Amino acid sequence: MIACGAGPAPVAARSTRAAALPGRARSWWLLAALLGGLILAPLARAAGESDALQPLLQRLAAADYDEKRELIAQLAQTRDPRARPVLAALLDGRLLAGSADPRLFIEPQAGGSTVDALSGAPAAAPPDAAPVGVNNQLRKALRVALAQFDLADPDVAVRRTAVKEMLRAPDPAILAALRARVPLETDARVQTDLKAGLALADLDSADAATRMAAVEALKGNLNPEVFNRLAAMTGNGDDAQAAETDARVRAAAASALQSIQAQRTFYANVQTLLFGLSQGSILVLAAIGLAITFGVMGVINMAHGELMMLGAYATYLVQQAMPQHIGASIIVAIPVAFLVAGLAGIAIERGIVRHLYGRPLETLLATFGVSLLLQQAVRDIFSANNRSVITPEWLAGSLEINDALSITYNHLYIVIFTFGVFALLQIVLRRTRFGLEVRAVAQNRAMAKAMGIRTGLIDALTFGMGSGIAGVAGVALSQLTNVGPNLGQSYIVDSFMVVVFGGVGNLWGTLLGGNALGVVNKLLEPVAGAVLAKIFVLVFLILFIQRRPRGLFPQKGRAAES
Amino acid sequence: MAALIDRLQAALRRDTGPVLFLLVLAAAAVLVPLLYFLVPEGSALHLSGYTVTLVAKYMSYAILAMAVDLIWGYCGILSLGHGAFFALGGYAMGMYLMRAIGSRGVYGDPVLPDFMVFLNWKELPWFWYGFDHLWFALLMVLAVPGLLALVFGYFAFRSRVSGVYLSIITQALTYALMLAFFRNDMGFGGNNGFTDFKDIAGFSLQAPATRVVLFLCTAFALAGSYLLCRFVVSSRAGRVIQAVRDAENRARFLGYRVEYYKLWVFVLSALLAAVAGALYVPQIGIINPSEFSPANSIEIVIWVAIGGRGTLYGAAAGAVFVNYAKTFFTAALPSFWLYALGTLFIVVTLFLPRGIVGALSAMAARGGLRRRVAS
Repeated sequence: MIACGAGPAPVAARSTRAAALPGRARSWWLLAALLGGLILAPLARAAGESDALQPLLQRLAAADYDEKRELIAQLAQTRDPRARPVLAALLDGRLLAGSADPRLFIEPQAGGSTVDALSGAPAAAPPDAAPVGVNNQLRKALRVALAQFDLADPDVAVRRTAVKEMLRAPDPAILAALRARVPLETDARVQTDLKAGLALADLDSADAATRMAAVEALKGNLNPEVFNRLAAMTGNGDDAQAAETDARVRAAAASALQSIQAQRTFYANVQTLLFGLSQGSILVLAAIGLAITFGVMGVINMAHGELMMLGAYATYLVQQAMPQHIGASIIVAIPVAFLVAGLAGIAIERGIVRHLYGRPLETLLATFGVSLLLQQAVRDIFSANNRSVITPEWLAGSLEINDALSITYNHLYIVIFTFGVFALLQIVLRRTRFGLEVRAVAQNRAMAKAMGIRTGLIDALTFGMGSGIAGVAGVALSQLTNVGPNLGQSYIVDSFMVVVFGGVGNLWGTLLGGNALGVVNKLLEPVAGAVLAKIFVLVFLILFIQRRPRGLFPQKGRAAES
Repeated sequence: MAALIDRLQAALRRDTGPVLFLLVLAAAAVLVPLLYFLVPEGSALHLSGYTVTLVAKYMSYAILAMAVDLIWGYCGILSLGHGAFFALGGYAMGMYLMRAIGSRGVYGDPVLPDFMVFLNWKELPWFWYGFDHLWFALLMVLAVPGLLALVFGYFAFRSRVSGVYLSIITQALTYALMLAFFRNDMGFGGNNGFTDFKDIAGFSLQAPATRVVLFLCTAFALAGSYLLCRFVVSSRAGRVIQAVRDAENRARFLGYRVEYYKLWVFVLSALLAAVAGALYVPQIGIINPSEFSPANSIEIVIWVAIGGRGTLYGAAAGAVFVNYAKTFFTAALPSFWLYALGTLFIVVTLFLPRGIVGALSAMAARGGLRRRVAS
């Protein structure tokens, strides 16, 4: 997938990928390098470039271990991009050599046909091909060589990953390579990583002054490794357990530890808050359509959850229709889901709700019947099993702000998306002719009608808009939960509570109420567990409604009289 | 007492529905055991033990429907959480039945029910004490749901939560209880609930005689509930309750403490639902947290709506009708049932606002009018 677009500019493609997916960056890098090489190698040959790599590779298969080590060092020095996959393959035992054929072959990591090590072109390995042998010493050398490659990579993200990887098993050779890199490094973040890593290694130094300097350098670093090392040094406050012998260094470590601890707590709280906001946003998204049909129109729509379900299934169908463009499918699904759910909503309004205005309890029952029909229809059409909606790559992964704080993209986008939908809705209601008429009908139906507003049409469109937003919420939910016939049911009670909590007829109340409930839920979760947290929130809401039956922001004035 | 009987007779004379209802109920109470015991097994008229239990199940649902009709039809409170009181009554009974298993459980523990042994609990939680006595369990069947309804209703009605808002918080109540009972830590068997009961008050639940006795208990409870509700709604307080339904503010301005009228009828209704649950569990043989699900509670409302709200016997008839249809269709055409139920919800609210009973009596009234015009 990367290679399709990455041929001419593999570095650029790699940088976006690696930035988005630090965790997986290495394997992506390998794949990109392999496939990039595939395209670049013939070009290089066509340009008639003299090839220093070929003689080195030819000697590799037959060489003994000492000579191999020599060859590996030389390969690393070539800085030839084609050498890296060869070294990586050698390390993993995927570099094959036959007895008769002078060429070497790389077995791809993911399986598939072998490629020629030099050209990168697909080539069948001879039948007697066997992996080129390595021993532990060579593996070490290979790791250093690979790290040198990655450390010099033009892409910052690759360099950061390289530093991280290398520090996982630091030995003198790797440390030397890292130390050599420090003055050359231009990027500030890589510099920080490098220095922290080296300081971490310096903690093992026999010299107390070096250790002291290392502790100072590590102050404020949020890496869990740093935390663990410092904790071990201080023995968690127990001097007898402490690994550090020098009292001054120990004190410095303790103070560094304390400041790190405080920062970590702070970031953990920030993270809880963000997760709470994202959970609240889901609630808001689910409730906002309901806030329109219930709040503005006074209609209880029990089929609201099923309209969300329709939106989720619309997403599934859009993905089925365009399997080549999963990334774009979610964007396409938003208007599709809006239309599908909106039209279903208009049908419900025209067919049923219209006849029941002024009888909210009856509307509740009739729309519950609709929800049963929709559920069973979906069960018969798509089966009762969950459908899998693919998460596009730009929604996967997480944004790492620092070692203590990372936010998954889907949570981040949900928050942004919810605010976008909310803003759009506010604009429609406040700034358009249609919005004006909706508000007029909500406030005083008879007067609006007398002023020439076609109330029937406005009712249908308002209901359609609320339902359409439910469909859009379904698109978002398809990225977070299973898409099945019961998707809507689990949200209906929650969304009603959000609307009532916020204050019926007040969209801002819904926004604030939903987010507040999400945050409270997330704050309670670590203390009480997910289910109990939810029960507490429900009980709180029941009690809250007793205290303030009209919600957080009750309607005032004449419109408030029900 | 005589005045009471007089009033009942007067009430029953007014329309034929109640008489018919009590007659059908009495016929069922007599015929079902007869057909079960006396008619030989090969005969077409023989009823199986399964059928006896099934009819008893419909009857307990009928009590539940009547409980909902009492507050919805007569007081205008649409509770979407009455399944919670039903389930709580059922759970209280289930706790007794679990303790009655004794050491005959799979793990053979003399005190702890199987699921507690399975979860590695060492001793009985305090709220299980006393449930080895039937009388205590029966007390709890009434006390727990009654108390919940009292507290919940007191706060809700005092702060004048009404209409849709009340429906929503009752739904939240049953939803919260469902989540709570699904938890293993609660000590109520988690999502498996209670099952595998052996006997009640020393009599095996599988024995035909026990079956019939439980069936008769249910029939008597149904008749008793009906007469009680009937008495309540035709009493002076019952009139006030109907006044609250029709014009709450006016009733308040006339000096009635509306919230207290609402409260006691709500509690009474919860007690009836709990009794229905307690009768349901020993006969069906299982109770689990899905009884608390909000959808179940909404379904009860549709039984009432189909039968005809505000008639009591209509609610009972609706419960039996819908559940008979459910039994029939879920066996014959499984996917058809939810379509049918969904359509029922829509059709009844749109076209039969007073249910089957309402439609029938409207027809009868039209007929009566025609006769009068003709003469």
